[in-house]
Amino acid sequence: MTSLTDKPSLASRIQTVRSPSGVEAWLIEDYTVPLIALEIAMEGGSSQDHTNKAGTATMLAGLLDEGAGPYDSAAFHERLDDFAIELSFSASRDLITGHLRTLARHRDEAFDMLRLALNEARLDAEPIDRVRAQLTASLLQEANDPDALANRAWFATAFVGHPYARPTKGTRDTLAAITRDDLVAYRANIIARDRLKIAVVGAIDAATLASALETIFGALPEKAVLATIPVAIPSAVGTRHIIDLDVPQSSIRFGAAGIAQSDPDFVTASVVNHILGGGVFSSRLFREVREKRGLAYSVSSQLAPLDHGPLHMGGTSTKNERAAESLAIIEAEIASLAKDGPNDEELDIAKKYLIGSYPLRFDTSTKLANQLVHMQVENLGRDYMDRRNGLVAAITRPEAARVAKKLYGEGKLFVTVAGRPVGM
Amino acid sequence: MPNASVAGQGPAVSHVTLHNGLEIVVIPDHRTPVVTHMVWYRNGSADDPVGKSGIAHFLEHLMFKGTEKHPQGEFSDVVTSLGGQENAFTSYDYTAYFQRVAREHLKTMMEFEADRMTGLVLTDDVVDPERDVVIEERRMRTDTDPSAQLGEALASTLFTHHPYGKPIIGFMHEIEGLHREDALAYYRRFYTPENAILVVAGDVTESDVVTLAEETYGKIPPRGERPQRYRPSEPPTRAARRVTLADGKVEQPSVQLSWIVPSYRTAQPGEAEALEVHVQILSAQGTGRLHRKLVIDQKIAVAAGAWYMSTAFDQSRLSLYAIPFPGGDLDALEKATEAVIEDLITHGVGEAELKRAKTRLIADTIYAQDSQSSLARMYGSALATGSTVSDVAAWPDAIEAVTADSVRNAAKTWLDSRRAVSGHLIKDQAAS
Repeated sequence: MTSLTDKPSLASRIQTVRSPSGVEAWLIEDYTVPLIALEIAMEGGSSQDHTNKAGTATMLAGLLDEGAGPYDSAAFHERLDDFAIELSFSASRDLITGHLRTLARHRDEAFDMLRLALNEARLDAEPIDRVRAQLTASLLQEANDPDALANRAWFATAFVGHPYARPTKGTRDTLAAITRDDLVAYRANIIARDRLKIAVVGAIDAATLASALETIFGALPEKAVLATIPVAIPSAVGTRHIIDLDVPQSSIRFGAAGIAQSDPDFVTASVVNHILGGGVFSSRLFREVREKRGLAYSVSSQLAPLDHGPLHMGGTSTKNERAAESLAIIEAEIASLAKDGPNDEELDIAKKYLIGSYPLRFDTSTKLANQLVHMQVENLGRDYMDRRNGLVAAITRPEAARVAKKLYGEGKLFVTVAGRPVGM
Repeated sequence: MPNASVAGQGPAVSHVTLHNGLEIVVIPDHRTPVVTHMVWYRNGSADDPVGKSGIAHFLEHLMFKGTEKHPQGEFSDVVTSLGGQENAFTSYDYTAYFQRVAREHLKTMMEFEADRMTGLVLTDDVVDPERDVVIEERRMRTDTDPSAQLGEALASTLFTHHPYGKPIIGFMHEIEGLHREDALAYYRRFYTPENAILVVAGDVTESDVVTLAEETYGKIPPRGERPQRYRPSEPPTRAARRVTLADGKVEQPSVQLSWIVPSYRTAQPGEAEALEVHVQILSAQGTGRLHRKLVIDQKIAVAAGAWYMSTAFDQSRLSLYAIPFPGGDLDALEKATEAVIEDLITHGVGEAELKRAKTRLIADTIYAQDSQSSLARMYGSALATGSTVSDVAAWPDAIEAVTADSVRNAAKTWLDSRRAVSGHLIKDQAAS
């Protein structure tokens, strides 16, 4: 039995499979468990929604598995269930993604369902109304959720005038305005071969996959038509925006411009973020906000490398009376990292963690397929999985300090707070 | 309780007990050179002493505060430096701690975990801020969320006597009163080798694990016997009840229906499996009866589903939910939801939907083999709630054996609308 992380290298186990007409996928064959995971990503996402039709991408993603080809919604779902096929789609700001998992013995049926969903989704009136109603209900459910409010306000204010300001799930008004024509037009523009990335992991060989790729994806339009998205630079940095909500705890969201995935400093920035608030039990924010002072249960930071406006972000939830104190500590930690960079010990521990835990990120077929799609979307190269730990290992303290300064600048943040924070 | 050993395709799971009573489950998965190391204790929030709700969960937090041998932070720093991940969780019936590391570090994890089974040191300096952390956790999960508050009210109405009616995290006024001594008393009572289950999944063999466990956990002296779980039984339910939570922040109303039902441990043979199939028939995505009838046919709900807490030590719960179409009446929706159950009890289930439900449940056992941490959780939670390794192994056969009649009978026996608790989440118009 071969192992996913043993030598020879992981990268050498990635096969590039090409269908006769040139549909390409990355494949890792593995027969340990009799299943196949297939992940796809298409450039686009909710940033391609029209201004007054926010939620189009999300709605389309919800409708691709609601009836296609000869099967109406009910028949489509029955067929998925009869063969225990898992198929779903989702939308983020930059991507539409698709997720398929099947038992190896139902491979042909599963691939056919994916083909139908991508090529022949019916977009019938009943599921359109239903999915619209479900998305509206989910917006209502989070209408006064402090985390959701703080997050929505953050993007709406920081990116005002830019597509990133619009919520991925839309608003009640924009969802109501979306017509079948809008969905059809979005699909025609986005679901195309040239911006499609595919990865497959599991019990299938390259020849079988090559022919399946042709069947599933071969008939899709050649080229996507994408609206040009301007560069997004968060505004309002240095200010705070409070949303009044009658709850005992304030949800805080903070962030500012970050570093793009394509930036040569991105890996170093990931290590710096890990030290600030990425590590579960070891980050500065965990120690200062949670462990020492008991100010919050959850406090974290992350890099959000959006295609058109990379960010560093973070958040916490802390009782109203101590929200100002929590934020002051967070700001101080960011300022200190920007000024002095990490110390030797924390850099060393972070590097060891990020190196050692790398294989844990893809310990299931689905996670591995996801990683392979991500590497294609970000153009990291097939050898990235072999190179990545070397990149982390090579980071020096002066290097990390330089990137911390570049990442956090003067440490200024745009902050949104939902709740009734005292003294803010 | 899906499991892995389908028709001999699953991993060869082994089960050993050390001389001090510690049970060991080994689940081989050789795809990656990593291991998932978990210790499960057979105690959870349902074992919190009266007036001390939340102590099981609070202790789980405090277990990261260091021991005589390894002061606070050392264990976590070691896990981090080894590139490992760790965490812990508390449920009604169990508390579990886990690390995921490269296989060569398994013994190190065992040494630390065995050390904190008996060596925990707590001072007020670390206990006091951690209590505040738990208070913030409760505020985040419950006190800012009306639907979570309804969930608490429903549970305490459904279980009037049994501690499943109390929240895992505890009531705020009781969390505020939990002290170092409470945590230590609870710790001494339950954190013993006889009460623990070691689950190791990953790139290891049974003999590796047993050898390492003997050198670490094996050094802990036995206490003689497993601690008793004292839990009052729930009396038979005779009344239907309704709880309503009205809050100005609610924009989307919803309705729930809950019943007390058997768990795998308390059920008659085949009954829990029948309830499992029943729930699948009711709530499968896109094909379930609740969706078909309430969402598609009657168009009175935008979404509807069901869940069943089958892995539990005592009599457990089964719930249905429905989210109304805008402006829809909750009473009517509740009646229509009950009618879906009554229709199933009266007319039974069809062969096609029965087969579809079983196919899906059994396929999940194959999908579960793809994730060593899911497998570890499956076996750990089963053993901690009174099932055995062979129960888990035989699960697909037991699901296959479920008949249309057994589904109908289980529903008839347990899902009587005259004994249900319903919960309504509504907007408080006055407060908004």
